[in-house]
Amino acid sequence: MNLDSKVPSGPLKEKWSKHLNDIKLVAPNNKRKHDVIVVGTGLAGGSAAASLAELGYNVKSFCIQDSARRAHSIAAQGGINAAKNYPNDGDTIWRLFYDTIKGGDYRSRESNTYRLAEISNEIIDQAVAQGVPFAREYGGLLANRSFGGAQVSRTFYARGQTGQQLLLGAYQAMMRQVNKGKIEMHTRHEMLDLVIIDGKARGIVTRDLVSGEIQRWMADAVVLASGGYGNVFNLSTNAINSNVTAAWRCHKRGAAFANPCYVQIHPTCIPVSGDYQSKLTLMSESLRNDGRVWVPKDKDDDRHPNDIPEDERYYYLEEKYPAFGNLVPRDVASRNAKIVCDEGMGVGQTGRAVYLDFRDAIEREGKKAISDKYGNLFEMYENITDDNPYEEPMRIFPAVHYTMGGLWVDYNLQSNIPGLFVAGEANFSDHGANRLGASALMQGLSDGYFIIPYTIGNYIAATDLDEVNRDHEAFDEATSNAQSQIDKLFEVDGDKSVIEFHRELGQIMWDKVGISRSEEGLKEAIKEIQDLREEFWNNVRVPGESSNYNKYLEFAGRVADFLELGELMAKDALHRDESCGCHLRAEHQTEEGEALRNDDEYSYVAAWEFQGVNGELQEELHKEDLEFDFVELKQRSYK
Amino acid sequence: MADTFTVHLKIWRQDGPDQPGKLVDYTLDKVNEHMSFLEMLDVLNEEIVAEGKEEPIEFDYDCREGICGSCNLVINGQAHGPKDMTCTCQLHMRNFSDGDTIVIEPFRAKAFPVIKDLVVDRSAFDRIIEAGGYVSVKTGSAPDANSIPIDKTVADTAFDYATCIGCGACVAACPNSSASLFTGAKLAHLNRLPQGEPERKKRTVSMVDQMEEEGFGDCSNYAECEAVCPKGISISAIAEMRRNYVKATLAGTEA
Repeated sequence: MNLDSKVPSGPLKEKWSKHLNDIKLVAPNNKRKHDVIVVGTGLAGGSAAASLAELGYNVKSFCIQDSARRAHSIAAQGGINAAKNYPNDGDTIWRLFYDTIKGGDYRSRESNTYRLAEISNEIIDQAVAQGVPFAREYGGLLANRSFGGAQVSRTFYARGQTGQQLLLGAYQAMMRQVNKGKIEMHTRHEMLDLVIIDGKARGIVTRDLVSGEIQRWMADAVVLASGGYGNVFNLSTNAINSNVTAAWRCHKRGAAFANPCYVQIHPTCIPVSGDYQSKLTLMSESLRNDGRVWVPKDKDDDRHPNDIPEDERYYYLEEKYPAFGNLVPRDVASRNAKIVCDEGMGVGQTGRAVYLDFRDAIEREGKKAISDKYGNLFEMYENITDDNPYEEPMRIFPAVHYTMGGLWVDYNLQSNIPGLFVAGEANFSDHGANRLGASALMQGLSDGYFIIPYTIGNYIAATDLDEVNRDHEAFDEATSNAQSQIDKLFEVDGDKSVIEFHRELGQIMWDKVGISRSEEGLKEAIKEIQDLREEFWNNVRVPGESSNYNKYLEFAGRVADFLELGELMAKDALHRDESCGCHLRAEHQTEEGEALRNDDEYSYVAAWEFQGVNGELQEELHKEDLEFDFVELKQRSYK
Repeated sequence: MADTFTVHLKIWRQDGPDQPGKLVDYTLDKVNEHMSFLEMLDVLNEEIVAEGKEEPIEFDYDCREGICGSCNLVINGQAHGPKDMTCTCQLHMRNFSDGDTIVIEPFRAKAFPVIKDLVVDRSAFDRIIEAGGYVSVKTGSAPDANSIPIDKTVADTAFDYATCIGCGACVAACPNSSASLFTGAKLAHLNRLPQGEPERKKRTVSMVDQMEEEGFGDCSNYAECEAVCPKGISISAIAEMRRNYVKATLAGTEA
């Protein structure tokens, strides 16, 4: 497998502009002769579709939701980073780049991460021009706040609904192109396979989720922007329908899956309340700007938190990390919450929670100021838990939130399959082993607005794209492949619900491929997932029929893919015999319990090539060495 | 842990758009006060699947944190149920009591045809946005973000209207099935911002005309929409929309 990253030569600061000078262009009157498929309508897919259509390409856009506006980017709360330096606190593109690569624990590609920081400012300009109502100061200019893992205020925000506002901006830009006839929008469609002809991605196969019909779509290039795979854990902060199927089916067609074990566990979520639970709700990390994290020093202290005096509270983040305090990166905050709970200091009915306390902030700034910043988050918390966070501390616990791994892409965001581009959370590109807060929105929009539109043009201009048609044998094969998987699911006709399988898989993943991993646990996980997968194909029950709206059928297909992906994640975590970022191997920790990297042996991207499933998932490992020419690799320290 | 309790459910079942539908009775024990309303339906569906006599109940959902706008149930006659400023997915069973009978229906409107059971087609909303709910700015052509100062109160009000999640509760609650609050909210967001000003008239006329074309009714100021809106969007948006519409049509959209 060829993992040529195609990173341009030259100084870091000049790579992207040099690349833009060098890439080939498609003439304006020729763009309308080319079709591009975009799968997913979140920030990456929506912005890519709109921008490609504006350029003149014919875009076919697909999403599983009933409207493009509902993609899961909509749920992002806190904000979006940019190196504008409006607060005059010393921010630069270099600093944003450096924070991001350091936050990722030096497991991302320097060139991609630098480009992300470089593009960040244009994104804010674009969003504001679209009418995205970011928070403003009384003088009428944009407001900023600080976020985990940074010592400058570079985060732009729209109360606690930044993702919603940015997504609506991209959605509206898309709908403008739908109106112009440049985007053909297909909602309630799920991609089930990728069609490769002469070695190039030339189309997809979808299922119309309303009629159940399996359909064929052709194009000159395919952009996959189908999001992350956090729902392999069953309980996560992802939307219930978020899934890996589109990406996994591309993987099974030859696209390398990179760093699947890099999973971010978000430190500030509402704790689990019962086994009926369908999802976990995130409270934006921006809360850590003003909230103080603590547990009672005494394990057996069952007083109401407001009755526990100051000197009997253990502000463990502030004590252990005085420089960053409550604003340490997410992985550090999550791990420490687990540590104090494992030591028995956890609070709440289950003992799997810590306090996030706004008492001091309310005293300092007043209730109104806190409500202006976090009003909707406080309401959400109160609505779910029936407790009032203005009056008593929130209880929080980590939950799976974001997956840094994804399909391998080169500098052009093209996978190892020519013509298949991957954007946003679906690719592995910019965050290394840990993503900093307010960086996901930045990456999705950077990929979609400002990278894909250029690099797709370069591909189309430089590639011989012969005419294909829907009757090509590759389309026949992909269509029957999709159909036979559906038939197979019904044929099992077992006793156990899809939801139960998903719950069991999630439990294995959380216990053994979660916050902390060990060789022993990972080996057990691999075996358990294999057994569960076998049981699934012998005992799953899928009700209803395929020719109608059938959510259980949709879920069955997705859980089947999660049952394969889960094994790959465990394999990847097992092979990576070091700790880095969110990947903590219990065997490799510093004396202070921090991730201990092994740069000599593991400074590479692990890209897995699918070989088949035969009881065991067969995958071949390929390595893309990470070269650091511009930053020095250091042990991360937030003390 | 909280005690469990029992509810009696009357749920709208309909096989497809052209099939007749009816309310079907179910009883569910094991309801926990911390369950969300949709989790309660998940538990019911698991029972239905285990029994294997009928197909599970279809309903729309996605984020389950009140922001995607997918979930859309009429609960005891109220869009999104009894709790103010709350989506169906954020409604918890602590709002109900042991022995309650709960009637669950889809968002009904001529412009929202039923797909199956409680799932409806809300694509008319997309077409209203398509008609003009945007600022025409191509990627790459934006000036520096701070080049246009905007009064904080204007920006904050624009945000309040922009928080619409497009769920359609306003339509379901309206005796006329009007989409005026949805349409008005997008207009009130974009029309008050300097970025939206150049297209204000054209946008207003196109979106209002599209709303009518989709088969939504007129607004008669019942204000039911505001009462059920999970994001608390004010009906001032509708007054503003009408004002702008009259001005634009009197003056001509090109003026």
